Amino acid sequence: MPREIWYADAIREALSQEMRRDDAVYVFGEDVAAYGGVFGITKDLLAEFGPVRVRNTPLSEAAIIGEAIGAAIYGLRPVPEIQFADFLTTAVSPIVDIAASYHYRIGTPVPITIRAPSGGALRIGHFHSKCLEAWFTHVPGLKVVVPATAYDAKGLLVASIRDNNPVIYFEQKKLYREIKDDVPDELYTVPLGKAVVRREGKDITLITYGSPLYLAYQAAKQLEKKGIGLEIIDLRTLQPYDRETILTSFKKTNRAIILHEAPKIGGFGAEIASMIVEESFDQLAAPIVRIGAKQTPIPTNPVLEDNYLPSLKDVIDAAERLMQY
Amino acid sequence: MSLTKTELLELYKYLRLTRTLEDWIYTICVHQDPKQPLIIGKGYLSTGQEAVSVGAAYTLEKGDWLAQSHRDFGALLVRGMTVDELLAQYFSKAASPTKGRDANVHLGNTSKHVLGFISHMGAMMPVANGIAWGAKCRKNPTVVLAFFGDGASSQGVVHEAMNYAAVFKLSVVFICNNNRWAISTPVKEQFTIENIADRAAGYGMPGAVCDGNNVVEVFETVKKAVDRARKGEGPSLVECKTMRMTGHGTHDMAKYVPEDELEHWKKRDPIQNMENYLKEKKFADDAYFKKVVADMKKEVEEATEKAKQMPGPKVENESRDVYAP
Ligand SMILES: Cc1ncc(C[n+]2csc(CCOP(=O)(O)OP(=O)(O)O)c2C)c(N)n1
Ligand SMILES: [Mg+2]
Repeated sequence: MPREIWYADAIREALSQEMRRDDAVYVFGEDVAAYGGVFGITKDLLAEFGPVRVRNTPLSEAAIIGEAIGAAIYGLRPVPEIQFADFLTTAVSPIVDIAASYHYRIGTPVPITIRAPSGGALRIGHFHSKCLEAWFTHVPGLKVVVPATAYDAKGLLVASIRDNNPVIYFEQKKLYREIKDDVPDELYTVPLGKAVVRREGKDITLITYGSPLYLAYQAAKQLEKKGIGLEIIDLRTLQPYDRETILTSFKKTNRAIILHEAPKIGGFGAEIASMIVEESFDQLAAPIVRIGAKQTPIPTNPVLEDNYLPSLKDVIDAAERLMQY
Repeated sequence: MSLTKTELLELYKYLRLTRTLEDWIYTICVHQDPKQPLIIGKGYLSTGQEAVSVGAAYTLEKGDWLAQSHRDFGALLVRGMTVDELLAQYFSKAASPTKGRDANVHLGNTSKHVLGFISHMGAMMPVANGIAWGAKCRKNPTVVLAFFGDGASSQGVVHEAMNYAAVFKLSVVFICNNNRWAISTPVKEQFTIENIADRAAGYGMPGAVCDGNNVVEVFETVKKAVDRARKGEGPSLVECKTMRMTGHGTHDMAKYVPEDELEHWKKRDPIQNMENYLKEKKFADDAYFKKVVADMKKEVEEATEKAKQMPGPKVENESRDVYAP
């Protein structure tokens, strides 16, 4: 039975139900046990599953990821929490050097799901707001997931846990208790690597993922009034990503905007834009526009952060510009 | 060497100023309108552990440096940062040490020899080594104090930095403020040894433990290490035993901290301790303390009014300074 629940609760439900189903699944990380994690995502799991499957660790991200890799090789399905995605930087080596290449080199799968709260707009600055997904899409062997709805948060997390590869699951902390939608109470999966068309439109394909989806919805409404139809694609998984859904839409609209919260230069939008040009050059009616954050460290001050982040105006302006071609 | 009356009274004033400033920050954080906040983000306070920061920093000389952690406003004040500056930082004003780009405890001030703190725990320890190496190359008898918490002590980089400092005989004094908690995680879940200072033997440097709630003892213990470093005899590790008497931040009610633990430490309040000591020595009386408290309150209130009036950062300047000219 579907019912509306918060994005945060959908994540928690995925964890607890999957832990019930499969005793190889366990969670660990900083403050995840009795405290339930700094965002409350692992709340009550300790009470249900006990201290072996829900464990606090020392403040040691590299050791957390290292353990996950070893436990996965041994046959468990670890789901470590990295308190903020920003702190992944202290564990890049085990992720990139060991987990990503292990199956290719040694032949043994490394089924780990790293949960990492990501993204800005919460006024908590450069060390608690970054969007690092593009860094990891550059590493063959890793999967990268960014859910934008409560439904997907649950289904993608279950799929990530069941996947036999290392997955970085960038949960959008801004959406935790801001976004609610229908989530079935039973277990289900949303397949990795499949995008979804969130809204149909005839004029421009807007490709996004994660929390900017809601900015895209706002833009679509306003553009509608101006007679511009925005088709919105939510990628959901960045690595591997769904070329087919993008290209099918692009063949219809011949115009594309890629919107993400990470800085524009070197962001995942660059990959999408080049792929479209490579695959559909003859369908291009206009330049492809990328919208991302400004090229600065992330300021804490609200006035600066708002200016740093991509805005509704950025999307509207881009759409109007594309329609002039 | 023992501290003179004037010095002891000065130490007391720094303790009081830190407490008064941080009590004020707490008050603002819990009473402000979240839609029109004066303080951007949360407050991270050193309430109940001020003696670690103040006592250690008081050992420094003019040319020395500080790599502070997030509970070291005491040390910042001793190093000559002003209440105005620290409040401007909390209020995220254009004239703050980070030009309104960052907020709260994430600050630095190169002219006052204060390194720029980042959230990643322990990350600045190797940077402290770099300052010490620079000074060594320039033949300056400079000492660097590098602060980290019990939680941060589990970061690999902290161990690496201490070993490295010993190898190159760097004049760094590593100060562990062991306040028994890393967010919700008690020290017994972080390490199995009694004293973090015992690790010093493993790096080949002296280790010392002191009562972090006794400012005179902190001063004397750190001073020995500082003198040794200044003579070119290399680094030391000093562990100050104390207690985090607030939540992790002003948003954290810290319900996970047992009442009796708080009660135990309440009786060992560093400011109360110092007042008793000064009274015993007949250096001061209650009337004196009362006056100091009143003076400090006035200073903080005046600074608040001043900082409130300061302009916020402007978006026109947002993209400046990403690169040095
Ligand atoms: C590398 C890293 N991981 C996680 C965090 C999130 N975090 C912020 S403070 C903190 C606990 C710090 O504990 P401790 O070092 O004891 O300092 P205290 O807050 O007790 O002064 C954690 C886990 C962080 N800042 N850096
Ligand atoms: Mg601590």
